[in-house]
Amino acid sequence: MPVFSYLAYPVPGAKKELINDLAALDYCEATPADNQEILILVTDTPDENKEKELQKKLKNLKSLESLGMTFGHTDG
Amino acid sequence: MEISRRQFIKSAAIQSAVTAAAVLFPGISFGAWKMLDPSSGSIEWKKTPCRFCGTGCGLLVGVSGDRAVAVKGDPNCTVNKGLCCVKGYHSVQILYGKDRITQALVRKNGKLVETPLAEALDLVASKMQETIKSHGKDSVAMYGSGQWSIADGYVASKLFKGCIGTNNLEANARLCMASAVTGFMTSFGLDEPMGSYDDIDHADVFIMWGNNMAEMHPVLFSRMLANRKSKGHVKIIDFATRTTRTSQAADRSILFNPQTDLAVANAICYEIIRNDWVNWDFVNKHVSFHKGKTNIGYGTEDHFKFKDKAETVSLEEYKEFLADYTPENVEKISGVSAKDIRYLASLYGDPDKKVVSYWCMGMNQHTRGTWINNLVYNCHLLVGKISQPSNGPFSLTGQPSACGTVREVGTLTHKLPHGVVMKEGARKMAAKIWDVPVENIDPKPTYHTVEMFRALDRGDIRFMWVQVTNPMVTMPNLNRYRDGAEKDGRFMVVSEIYPTPTYDVADVVLPSALWIEREGFFGNSERRTQHNDQIIPMPGDCMSNTWQIIEVARRMGFEKQFSWSEETYIEDIWNEYIQFHDSPKHRMAPFKVLKARSGAVWPFVDGLETKWRYNAKYDPAAKGDDFHFYGKPDNRAWIWLRPYEPAAESPDSEYPFWLNTGRILEHWHTGSMTRRVPILHKAAPESYVEINPDDANRLGIVSGGKVKISSRRGSVVMKASINGRGRPPQGMVFVPFFDESYLINEVTLDAFCPISKQPDYKKCAVKLERV
Repeated sequence: MPVFSYLAYPVPGAKKELINDLAALDYCEATPADNQEILILVTDTPDENKEKELQKKLKNLKSLESLGMTFGHTDG
Repeated sequence: MEISRRQFIKSAAIQSAVTAAAVLFPGISFGAWKMLDPSSGSIEWKKTPCRFCGTGCGLLVGVSGDRAVAVKGDPNCTVNKGLCCVKGYHSVQILYGKDRITQALVRKNGKLVETPLAEALDLVASKMQETIKSHGKDSVAMYGSGQWSIADGYVASKLFKGCIGTNNLEANARLCMASAVTGFMTSFGLDEPMGSYDDIDHADVFIMWGNNMAEMHPVLFSRMLANRKSKGHVKIIDFATRTTRTSQAADRSILFNPQTDLAVANAICYEIIRNDWVNWDFVNKHVSFHKGKTNIGYGTEDHFKFKDKAETVSLEEYKEFLADYTPENVEKISGVSAKDIRYLASLYGDPDKKVVSYWCMGMNQHTRGTWINNLVYNCHLLVGKISQPSNGPFSLTGQPSACGTVREVGTLTHKLPHGVVMKEGARKMAAKIWDVPVENIDPKPTYHTVEMFRALDRGDIRFMWVQVTNPMVTMPNLNRYRDGAEKDGRFMVVSEIYPTPTYDVADVVLPSALWIEREGFFGNSERRTQHNDQIIPMPGDCMSNTWQIIEVARRMGFEKQFSWSEETYIEDIWNEYIQFHDSPKHRMAPFKVLKARSGAVWPFVDGLETKWRYNAKYDPAAKGDDFHFYGKPDNRAWIWLRPYEPAAESPDSEYPFWLNTGRILEHWHTGSMTRRVPILHKAAPESYVEINPDDANRLGIVSGGKVKISSRRGSVVMKASINGRGRPPQGMVFVPFFDESYLINEVTLDAFCPISKQPDYKKCAVKLERV
């Protein structure tokens, strides 16, 4: 049951789009900064397979420029 | 309510991301963070001010069941806008140390023994009455704190000054803010800063006078960095005696020899006048010139007395006085180049630059603390950069309620909640509000803090009650004062949350509630009063410090003055207290407003906060169309002629190093709380002595090697830190005082500013020996 948090950087000008894209994904909770072009992303997946699937989806988001991991936890 | 392990992990994940974001983007805010709550479990978030430094950050404490489990910055608090420092983020962990004191203790046959709380309170009251009967009312004393809640200080003042009739009431803010108070009083006639934290967001230049803000006020410092990043042209100048993290982040680091800030400030004013950068309209209309006594001593002897005498002088006399302070002359004593002095003067003098000066302990813990406060005001007054947005001098506070409790309530020997004991009008007002005969209030101040502990040593004081502070670590020249507290015939009461060296000398220990275990108020650096509810229950027999005093007062026969109910006493005390400040110059916000908001700045008039005092545009008490310094009888701000005078003790051939002491980011004061937070303790597990690498090399000292630091008063052996987070210049060492295993105050000197009576912890002479 992995839990990760990230600082999510949108491609320039695509912060709103990234918020919407992340909201559409399961296991993701995004919180935008009020005064900076970044978001906090927390992912909470039920198992390793779901985690891998989610990672793939995140990589394919056009509105997402990069992710910087700030916290990671996996059981076992 | 329960929080699952998973919810806890998610909470930690969010916390980590916010912390990382705050490091990368100072001033970043996540106003929507609260929206995460439903998915992050059954945590209820409640507001409180942080209980550490004087910044007054708003926190949201996550509560699950009866336990505080998380902290985040309060995005609705304009002080910190959702950000906290490392102490704030870990603040609730101070509640849960394994050795928390939860029962009263009474010393029996030399050992502290658990005792029912009511019995301990009976003993405190009877011992105080017995001491008064045998030795007089001035043989009992209370020593409180700038970490006292406002209600604590208020009831202490009412009991000691109003009911018992002694002025033996002091607080540890004497050790941290007294020079700021006397600086304000002598220059403006009223205490506390004229500006607000809003200044940080818009100024063009920040000059830090001996102020390691990056570690001591990190949230405010991050706001400053955010301003610089967003504007590009903003300059941060670190003017200090050693290189710190603030120096590293600053645009310029300028080092001066200890004590010579007095000379440099005068040289800045000399240059402002020489270049005709003076704002003559402002000076002619709003400033007057004054001189006081010189060669005023250092207070190292018992019963030291000093009273300054102000004499009005002319601008011409001021110019003559400054003639000795040419940049070239001052370069010789200060070590600051004439070029750098001119650069500093040009920053103040440039009419297109908004300038804020910040300071804290570097200027206040100074044997001429009042003078250096006056002199920095002079720099601002000459150019008229004061009492307006992003232009002004700003004295930062060290403790969360040094302003709210000590300075506003007046828990110092000479003070009352409004005015001073020497003034009949102030005594009459207090007697009326307190419902005591006016004769009860003694018109003569007794002992300031250092003299109070000297009186304890001499036996003039026989009973002392200490709350929320740890004087057996913090008193300078500590050996004398610890010996005094341990003498036969002394009775020490200590209200505490953890065992400390002060607890070790106690005859009675009362278990205190921590800040969110009881309702209360703090008052921060920018005149902001902040209320907190009781958020979690108190453990064991713990009791708020306010209620402890009320219980003792009632046992001493003062039921009428302390008749509040336990359910509503904090609100009732607030409503009584604010009667003292019912004028547009100092009106406090109503209880209802404080309960609802993350603080309100006073003067709070007609529902509005006053962000800039003495400016008619913002301050309802100011008359006229621009500035009005209504605190002084001539309605002007006072420029003072204050000379450079040397420190009480300077390095010599026997003791060739300056000793400078202070705090570090991770630990609060004596570390009695933060050293019980595992992550903070791990980050800085023990104290150390910072040594300049050239000095270390010459003495054969390596980083981590042991060094004996000795003065004429005592010695400490500790590890050396070379090129660590701070780097003193050659001939100086720096020691943080957070670690009770290394009592550096056994080495320091109990010299103080003769006007403020605040000791100088930054300058005494020591020698070093490799061990």
